[in-house]
Amino acid sequence: MKAIFLCVLWLTTFQVWGEVFPPDDVSAIDKPNDNGSAIILLWKKMDYETAKIFYVTYIATSPSGPFLVQPIQSSIINFKTDLPQSFGFAEDNKNWHALEITDYLLAGGEKKDMIEQNKTYYLRIGVKEGKDGNVVMHPKTFGVTPHGNYFAFNKLNNFLLFIFLTVVIIVFINLAKKNPNLFVRRIAGLEAMDDALGRATEMGRPVLFVHGLKYMHEVPTIAAVNILGRIAKKVAEFDTGLKVANWDPVIQQVSRETVKESYIEAGRPDAYKEENIYFASSEQFSYAAAVEGLMVREKPAANFYFGYFYAESLLLSETGNAAGSIQIAGTDAFTQIPFFITTCDYTLIGEELYAASAYLSREPKLLGSLKGQDLGKLMIIIVLVLGTIFTTFGWEGFSKIFWPM
Amino acid sequence: MEANQSNLKKDSIVIVLFFLALIVVNGILVGTGKLKFGTEGFGIMVAAALTIALYSFLYQDNPIFKMAEHFYVGVATAYLFIVTWYSVILPDVILAWKDVGGTDVWVTISKSLAIIVPTILGLLVYTRLVPRISWVSRITFAAMIGFGAGFAIPNYITSHILKQAKPSMLSLWTAAGPQWGAIVIFVGVITTLVYFFFSVEHKGSIGFIAKVGVWFLMISFGASFGYTVMARVSLLIGRVSFLFGEWIPLIN
Repeated sequence: MKAIFLCVLWLTTFQVWGEVFPPDDVSAIDKPNDNGSAIILLWKKMDYETAKIFYVTYIATSPSGPFLVQPIQSSIINFKTDLPQSFGFAEDNKNWHALEITDYLLAGGEKKDMIEQNKTYYLRIGVKEGKDGNVVMHPKTFGVTPHGNYFAFNKLNNFLLFIFLTVVIIVFINLAKKNPNLFVRRIAGLEAMDDALGRATEMGRPVLFVHGLKYMHEVPTIAAVNILGRIAKKVAEFDTGLKVANWDPVIQQVSRETVKESYIEAGRPDAYKEENIYFASSEQFSYAAAVEGLMVREKPAANFYFGYFYAESLLLSETGNAAGSIQIAGTDAFTQIPFFITTCDYTLIGEELYAASAYLSREPKLLGSLKGQDLGKLMIIIVLVLGTIFTTFGWEGFSKIFWPM
Repeated sequence: MEANQSNLKKDSIVIVLFFLALIVVNGILVGTGKLKFGTEGFGIMVAAALTIALYSFLYQDNPIFKMAEHFYVGVATAYLFIVTWYSVILPDVILAWKDVGGTDVWVTISKSLAIIVPTILGLLVYTRLVPRISWVSRITFAAMIGFGAGFAIPNYITSHILKQAKPSMLSLWTAAGPQWGAIVIFVGVITTLVYFFFSVEHKGSIGFIAKVGVWFLMISFGASFGYTVMARVSLLIGRVSFLFGEWIPLIN
């Protein structure tokens, strides 16, 4: 009897007659953990959903409208699972649609307006079968006002990791201040630096420093400028020439400051020549052409490439190699390391670039940072081993703690 | 002095000969109708001349390369100036004032400050032209580096740690048997991390693990090298097809 009743019920629903019903449990919420520039429309996944079912949303800035129609959404996309930063990893997320709205089409359908914080928006939703089907509207309108959040809780793992690394690095900096002889393993390329500078002094030829093509505020360039300071100090002590070819005027100015300070530190401010730290070109290959020209004409005894490089890496290092210079490179540009390995005498791989300045200077701040980072790496190794073991045994909860949001 | 003059004379002869050769070749091409006489044809002639001039470096440094190099550097600098003017100074410093103003005082103040503060920071860099007050420019550099480091830290933690950790914690064994891909990733990541450990001497078991890490690194560098060389070869093919396709139509 119950089976017959259910059968009749099913036959009278849309599966037979092609009717669709508006979604259940609809709500509009302010997107959590953001700056108030997005809202989310939520509704429960309907049992009858197929690829032919589409949802239509409407948005207005007043409860009485006008409601502006937005692009139709297929029922097979936009789930809570797509927004783990807002809804986490709950099992039930796959049963809920979540449409994130950051902007909306204006009347006419060509121009868009962004969602603004502290402004109330009114949303409506309808459903239709097929792109040309009739829209069946949900009877209610859902109002929502986006607000900015002071704290992005979805980035808590990022923040805690940052705090952990900061504390560890500060502790190690203090330890390094007490004991500046903390152990750092040998980095072959850096050991050879003195030899290269010595060779340049003996040959009476200059040293060339190139710091890649990233901007001044980016980490590889900051590391490169640190190393430049160390090299400049040695160059000043050895009374050798130093040429620094820059691609960016800001980097040029910072490099001038750094080199000048190194010369002063070495007690040779008179030997500092500002014109040797010059602007070559801002365009990648014209910069490469200018530096190549310098290499073949001035024949520097040693070339140092530290920073982030692109396709110019091989052009520069191959020319330097042909000019007979000793070459030491250090980069975290994964695609360019092979070219440096094949053409340079020594290459610092990836993080060795960042370790270099600490290794060279043995300054407590840099040394402590390096040791702190090592402890961070040890922690990551432990997390990876535990995460892999737990995942293998079927529990992903531990690894999810470290997933990016 | 005499040697310099002799070199200068030699350089001038080489450049004149290069231009004469270009005039002859381009004259023949235009005369036979293989190259259009007009702005398009002139563009192809200039591009071909610069391509040959830059490739001449493969033989050795020469005046033709020097000429192309200086031309290239000059054009790039002029281009940077124009790009900076139209994409930074004009929209962000001059035209941006159009959007300032309105009924809300605080919005007006914040929009004004968003233009004034970066402009002042930019102008401070020019204090380097006056040695007595050149130290003021450090304020700008300190702001840039401070902003860069502060902005980079959370992004670095996300992209260099968390995003890398997620696909590294995979199941090594499923109902289908051992997951060799996951096992290789796991071993590769751990051993490579050990290689980048600076606090321990790479000796004994640590040395062995680090050596395995180096092998993983070298294999990935080899793959990357091959891939990039292929891309470079395709660039060379592009230039050769330009020279012998568009300029001198020897190949179809």
